[in-house]
Amino acid sequence: MATSIQLRQLKKAYGDVQVIHGVDLTIEPGDFTVFVGPSGCGKSTLLRMIAGLEPITGGDLLIDGQRMNEVPAAKRGIAMVFQSYALYPHMSVYQNLAFGLETAKMPKAEIEKRVQRAAEILKIEPLLKRKPKQLSGGQRQRVAIGRAIVREPKIFLFDEPLSNLDAELRVAMRVEIAKLHNDLGNTMIYVTHDQVEAMTMADKIVVLRAGVIEQAGAPLDLYNNPRNLFVAGFIGSPKMNFLTATGEGDTVRTANAALPLGRSATGAATLGIRPEHITLVEGTGAKFADLRVDLVENLGGQTVVYATTTDGQPLTVVLEGQRQVDIGSTVAAYVDPAKAQVFNAEGLAIR
Amino acid sequence: MTVQHVASTSATSEVPKTSVWARIWQQDAPGYLFLLPWFIGFFGLTLGPMISSLYLSFTKFDLLTSPDWVGAGNYVRMFTNDPKFAASMRVTFFFVIFSVPLKLAFALGVALLLNRGMKGLPLYRALFYLPSLLGASVAIAILWRQIFAGDGLVNKFLSVFGIVGPSWISNPNYSLWTLIILAIWQFGSPMIIFLAGLRQIPQDMYEAASLDGASKWRQFWKITLPLLTPVVFFNAIIQTIEAFKSFTPAFIISGGTGNPINSTLFYTLYLYQEAFGFFRMGYASALAWVLLAIVAAFTAFSFLTSKYWVHYDD
Repeated sequence: MATSIQLRQLKKAYGDVQVIHGVDLTIEPGDFTVFVGPSGCGKSTLLRMIAGLEPITGGDLLIDGQRMNEVPAAKRGIAMVFQSYALYPHMSVYQNLAFGLETAKMPKAEIEKRVQRAAEILKIEPLLKRKPKQLSGGQRQRVAIGRAIVREPKIFLFDEPLSNLDAELRVAMRVEIAKLHNDLGNTMIYVTHDQVEAMTMADKIVVLRAGVIEQAGAPLDLYNNPRNLFVAGFIGSPKMNFLTATGEGDTVRTANAALPLGRSATGAATLGIRPEHITLVEGTGAKFADLRVDLVENLGGQTVVYATTTDGQPLTVVLEGQRQVDIGSTVAAYVDPAKAQVFNAEGLAIR
Repeated sequence: MTVQHVASTSATSEVPKTSVWARIWQQDAPGYLFLLPWFIGFFGLTLGPMISSLYLSFTKFDLLTSPDWVGAGNYVRMFTNDPKFAASMRVTFFFVIFSVPLKLAFALGVALLLNRGMKGLPLYRALFYLPSLLGASVAIAILWRQIFAGDGLVNKFLSVFGIVGPSWISNPNYSLWTLIILAIWQFGSPMIIFLAGLRQIPQDMYEAASLDGASKWRQFWKITLPLLTPVVFFNAIIQTIEAFKSFTPAFIISGGTGNPINSTLFYTLYLYQEAFGFFRMGYASALAWVLLAIVAAFTAFSFLTSKYWVHYDD
């Protein structure tokens, strides 16, 4: 039922400037895939190429095994939700939802049925007669999603759909979109620069940088086994700590500790440790640094410690529960060696 | 120096203990001083003449002897016993009804072409705008007369195909149309405004519509045109007022007569004849007020109906 998507060496160039450098990716039927990356990484461009809004300049796009490079956007069986919502301001919500169906010359009764159903799913029935300008941001977002639902597409594309909403609404809509995916079961691709959205919603995360896939995989796989420094730094919040270190065979030496890792590293290396994997209690792991505590944030459920190593590198520690840590004190930091990451001079993870 | 003074008094919260009027004078005098040229212009050249023409429209006045009060006589004559007035009304309405929609349609068409992201857009934009700057001038009207004359450029061109064209200007069937074409040719200023309006329509509307399968044709009628209605509305009003006021081309091309057989007797031309040909200033004033009333009525009607067809974004 659901639809698969395959990208084979997909390329995009504007004149001489190549922005997508041969992307290979397979999206399984029914998967919720999230393209994530910093601004300008090409994630929206890639989505628009799949949508048919940007011409593909190289490689193949296959939807359900069929080459779609030159197929017009309307015939690809996709619907897209835009960041700006792109609602037609002069039409009522009903007309906005019905526009695509009327364009397809669907019978009025069928249009009515589909619009009602979409409105029910999204709980926007009372809004059908209103104009977009009379709606709040969250309601507009629902209408934009509704416009995608009524067309009963094979694939849903979302281009940063929540970035214009406030934080609270963003979390609520995130949950609703995830639910919608569970209910409808369609293949969906979602573009965001927010790694939390990516982690919480995705079956598969695709991390992009400068038109290249840095890593693709399940959220926890990316969290636990980042392939390089970029992915390690991008996934997870607060960010992974990076300390300059030197590889000495099976151990990694930092300014004032030697950490036995059981992985072979030589020469200049970077030690990567997630803030939540660090403890300040002796005997809970191997010591890797001495820290001077700069600032402590008590969040109730967590305590965040901002510190500096003795050789002047910043480090963030997240401790579970409410802890008493004195600002200005010097403490030793420990980590379970199995949870630490090491990257070589090229920034690639050493496994 | 005065400006500095104003800045310092408004900046400090302490106000010296003077009378209210003195304070207002102190604070606002420089402002009024700057407004003075406009006030002189408005009261001396606009409001004053308007009020006196309103008075004169109820009089008989030949500029030489003092005006004689005739009550509503001028207006009564206009609507009951003046075939030339009726003719000028017909000509003017014909001109407005045809020239405005055609000009707007043409301006929108060119704006749509230019909006397709072509190279050299600033150059074309400037070239197309040029006629608007020149159009109402005497020189262009004279040129127009040459082009549409019996042995003019148009007929020379037609003769290449063996067609013997009429003298467009001296034939009452065509003379008004040459003026309408001249008006359409001055499509530059509405075009520039249309172009700016088209630029305001977000690109993702069209992307959403193309994903919905809407053809370019449907996109134009269902998205471009509705979203452009505020600009259409503005252009329609401005151009209609312009068209009602149109004078120079008709004056030059018909040599100030409105001929042949009153076929180019624009309302303003008739008004001019009455005022400065026959020195019937009272009657001419009445004509001017009727024109003002017509334009005002049209504009009011447009505003009243606008809520049914003009879509504002927010």
